[in-house]
Amino acid sequence: MTGAASRRYRMMTERVAFGIIRLLAGLVVITLGGIVLFLIYQGARAVNWSFLTEAPRDAMTKGGIFPAIIGTFYLTIGSSLIALPLGVASAIYLSEYAREGWLLKLIRLGIQNWAGVPSVVFGLYGLALFVVFLGFGVSILAGSLTLGFLILPTVIGASEEAFRQVPSTFREASLALGATKFQTICRVVLPSALPGVLTGSILGIGRAAGETAPIMFTAATFYTKHLPTSPLDQVMALPYHIYVLATSGTHIDQTRPLQYGTVLVLISLVLGINIFAIIIRTRMRRKKTW
Amino acid sequence: MVATSDIVIEVRDLDFYYGDIKALRGVSLNIKRNQVTALIGPSGCGKSTFLRLLNRMNDLIPGTRVEGQVMFEGQNLYDEDVNPVDIRRRIGMVFQKPNPFPKSIFNNVAYGPRLTGIKDKKKLDELVVRSLKQAAIWEEVKNSLDKSALSLSGGQQQRLCIARALAMAPEVLLMDEPTSALDPIATSRIEELVEVLKKDYTVVIVTHNMQQAARVSDDTAFFYMGEMVEMGNTERLFTKPEKQQTEHYITGRFG
Repeated sequence: MTGAASRRYRMMTERVAFGIIRLLAGLVVITLGGIVLFLIYQGARAVNWSFLTEAPRDAMTKGGIFPAIIGTFYLTIGSSLIALPLGVASAIYLSEYAREGWLLKLIRLGIQNWAGVPSVVFGLYGLALFVVFLGFGVSILAGSLTLGFLILPTVIGASEEAFRQVPSTFREASLALGATKFQTICRVVLPSALPGVLTGSILGIGRAAGETAPIMFTAATFYTKHLPTSPLDQVMALPYHIYVLATSGTHIDQTRPLQYGTVLVLISLVLGINIFAIIIRTRMRRKKTW
Repeated sequence: MVATSDIVIEVRDLDFYYGDIKALRGVSLNIKRNQVTALIGPSGCGKSTFLRLLNRMNDLIPGTRVEGQVMFEGQNLYDEDVNPVDIRRRIGMVFQKPNPFPKSIFNNVAYGPRLTGIKDKKKLDELVVRSLKQAAIWEEVKNSLDKSALSLSGGQQQRLCIARALAMAPEVLLMDEPTSALDPIATSRIEELVEVLKKDYTVVIVTHNMQQAARVSDDTAFFYMGEMVEMGNTERLFTKPEKQQTEHYITGRFG
């Protein structure tokens, strides 16, 4: 081959390769976009102010999803309150205190596997431990604990990574000034790692908001008009409400629009949570100069 | 002749191990009060390791072991009842690469005093201003104390780190190749500063730049292969070294 011909050949393979990659990337975007558009098309008809602010009526064929929104809100807040402190504390132990060795490897392996446990198993675990054994009953408390444990490995992983990215020179500088290890963690490591901790954790919390299986047996109820007044009350929740509408309705033609409306609200909620995390990450990247 | 009270740190038969590797062998030397002591030697000779033993920074590396004594004002730093945190408050350190915290200039300098529980704003202000002046950086930053320390140039960052160490009012200041990451102008400013600092502090400086050792120090110790080969008055050591290894190093035959 002459030089020009081989160059032409190389350029062509490059074009073909790029073309295929572009096509595949496009497919992903189109699929995702299709799903979202379908949901908006189906759901938008149901979503209006009264849908968002009223309780379901007439065997769930009319009315809104307000109690489910509130329930999901409480469960999300509750699971964050459980997963964040526990997760950050565990990550501090793993990255700052634990010595490398077989024990640490075992703990890490455990956490990784924990993240892969199917969510229905968490539901059963929550039912056995929190609902029955500890006697919390089907309640916000039991559901928050179950969801909190579900996302704990995500929070630990994100936090540990954030702690690792804090340069060791910061720790050294602090210790050389006569700070104790704990002071160093509180005053230098944690503030530097906080944006990373929050970003990763919020993504995990977004996942908790959309889970059905863990709350089926631990927190969610089929139907209640009453808003919860204590952590020991059971609640309606968006994911479980969707499940109920999709599987247990007797007037499918009437419940279907409500079902899509609920899906749209849930998707928007999760998307909103993720966008919040992305905003924090972008701001952090802009500020980070080390 | 130097009276005993003029010796701040007296090191006796110090051995140091990284796991099974013996990094320092039988090092004995004295650090004199209000003097600049330079530690020189080729890379890997143990001079930085030795420096970090003087404020127990090597404690942080797992699997290390110390034998021998480091007497600081009459107390062995490696006695069991000595808390390394207290030692590091009295013996400050400046590192090879400037390492300010990602905080404001003010908060960098106030970091140490706050650790000791000083909260009073006026007292902190005083300490910060005094430390920045001592580190010869006050004029450059006095209008931007709230700006991030990371916005300063490398040389300014290093002087800020010196100010941060001085805010603890340490008795000794350890400097680990403080100018190796800086340009010549920033380097000469730090060297001038070291000259001034010895009025109030005892300074120990590690450098692999022999001209720097000759310029700033009163005493120089030459390290080679984990041993302290020779120590003495800087001028004497550079003009009439007693040991052949020292002569070879300072005349540039190795290193």
